[in-house]
Amino acid sequence: MADPLLKVDGLQAWYGESHILHGVGIEVHEGEVVTLLGRNGAGKTTTLRAIMGLVGRRSGSIRFEGQELVAARSDRIARAGIALCPEERGIFASLDVTENLLLPPVVRPGGLSLDEIYALFPNLKERARSPGTRLSGGEQQMLAIARILRTGAKLLMLDEPTEGLAPVIVQQIGRTIREIKQRGFTILLVEQNFRFAQTVADRHYVMEHGRVVDAVNNAEMAGAMGRLHEYLGV
Amino acid sequence: MIEELLFQLELGLPQVVLGLVNGAFYALLSLGLAVIFGMLNVINFAHGAQFMVGAFVAWMLLNWGGIGYWPALLLAPLIVGAFGVVLERTMISRLYKLDHLYGLLLTFGLALIIEGLFRNSFGSSGLPYAPPELLAGPPVDLGFMFLPKYRLWVVVAAVVMSLLTWIVIEKTRLGAYLRAATENAALVQAFGVNVPRMMTLTYAAGVALAAFAGVLAAPIYSVNPQMGSSLIITVFAVVVIGGMGSILGSVLTGFGLGLVEGLTKVFYPEASSTVIFVIMAIVLLARPAGLFGRA
Repeated sequence: MADPLLKVDGLQAWYGESHILHGVGIEVHEGEVVTLLGRNGAGKTTTLRAIMGLVGRRSGSIRFEGQELVAARSDRIARAGIALCPEERGIFASLDVTENLLLPPVVRPGGLSLDEIYALFPNLKERARSPGTRLSGGEQQMLAIARILRTGAKLLMLDEPTEGLAPVIVQQIGRTIREIKQRGFTILLVEQNFRFAQTVADRHYVMEHGRVVDAVNNAEMAGAMGRLHEYLGV
Repeated sequence: MIEELLFQLELGLPQVVLGLVNGAFYALLSLGLAVIFGMLNVINFAHGAQFMVGAFVAWMLLNWGGIGYWPALLLAPLIVGAFGVVLERTMISRLYKLDHLYGLLLTFGLALIIEGLFRNSFGSSGLPYAPPELLAGPPVDLGFMFLPKYRLWVVVAAVVMSLLTWIVIEKTRLGAYLRAATENAALVQAFGVNVPRMMTLTYAAGVALAAFAGVLAAPIYSVNPQMGSSLIITVFAVVVIGGMGSILGSVLTGFGLGLVEGLTKVFYPEASSTVIFVIMAIVLLARPAGLFGRA
């Protein structure tokens, strides 16, 4: 098998004095959709933020396309080709929809054009001049995802994109994720909802207490349900 | 009664126009403060000193280098802005994670040092700086008064510079980065924008605006080490009234309060030096975020 696009090894992370990640190891191959499952506080979001360089202190190894990024600043990590769609979505209130969409600089070729993005998210085109935070929750989530498709980042990290959204919007986001996977993007997804994760992902990692405790291929998901119920407490 | 008021106003119109000239300086200085505060969250108390240094650099360029007013209008902001880069990199950038108060104390200290250094080297009496030839000639007849060309130029230059700054911040990509970084700098950086460098340049730009105002002021006020500290207190009141960090607010409030000051000179001259502070107190009580600020 080819070298993974992203290989995280022994990743430890701290927020101030609190030690959150205790040696996380994951691999994501090009073109895959991989999820991090786990309960609240298991360290899923922190894993994404640590990869993106957004935690106070981190150690271990984060290799992206063979390049070591554990000591790099977040803007350099972005320019290496990783993009984050944060849990709180991070839509800027003082910018309108188009400005929000155009905000992240293009870091390499290969991103979607504005027309392609509007074709994928027709709502955003209709709301182009609205302030970003006037959108509904679902539209804000679409905008947050759309925003990182333009940049040419190869690895998209989506942090709980379905959180708090109506089922019909969740389905729509599922379709979008499958669509962008088909276009060749690689996706690392944080989810609490493993039924949703099952519909979009190739593989799953399960996290507990700042560690990866299990890995499941999507094809084996049915057989692993008992284990997953136990991990996730659902 | 009304006729009397109108008569007084006609007599006082020149004061109002001169108020607009003062307002031009308030607007430019509070604009720089707003840019710096909005982006860096630092209350730049050294702003008055940087204004004064701008005027001195223009004076030095002329007297030591034979470089006249027009090139100085560009060069002095660049030179003082470069000095701002050094200040931000070596000192101010260390304070971003701390309370506003630390930035205020540091820049207040810097202001005292800068002023002291200039007083030591140049004394406290003012140095003359002649207006450029183009704007020297006879005053312009406005019908109700004769206004020196140079003062008219100050108002025009301040309006144009304020407009340019507003356009950069509201209408350009760089401006979108700045506005977004004000809300969530970490995320903007995680999109690949070099936020620390942007902050350095923002500070430099704010400082350059102060220096630009300093060069504009050189031919009006005599160039002296205290010229900034006497103005900056009023400018801080303007910023508080307009709302910290609001670009449009600081410009409109700057000109507006210049006018109010001028009007007060007409109707109740005794209050003209305090009226701005009275307004500040009222605004603080009624609308603490300022007239244009977001609460």
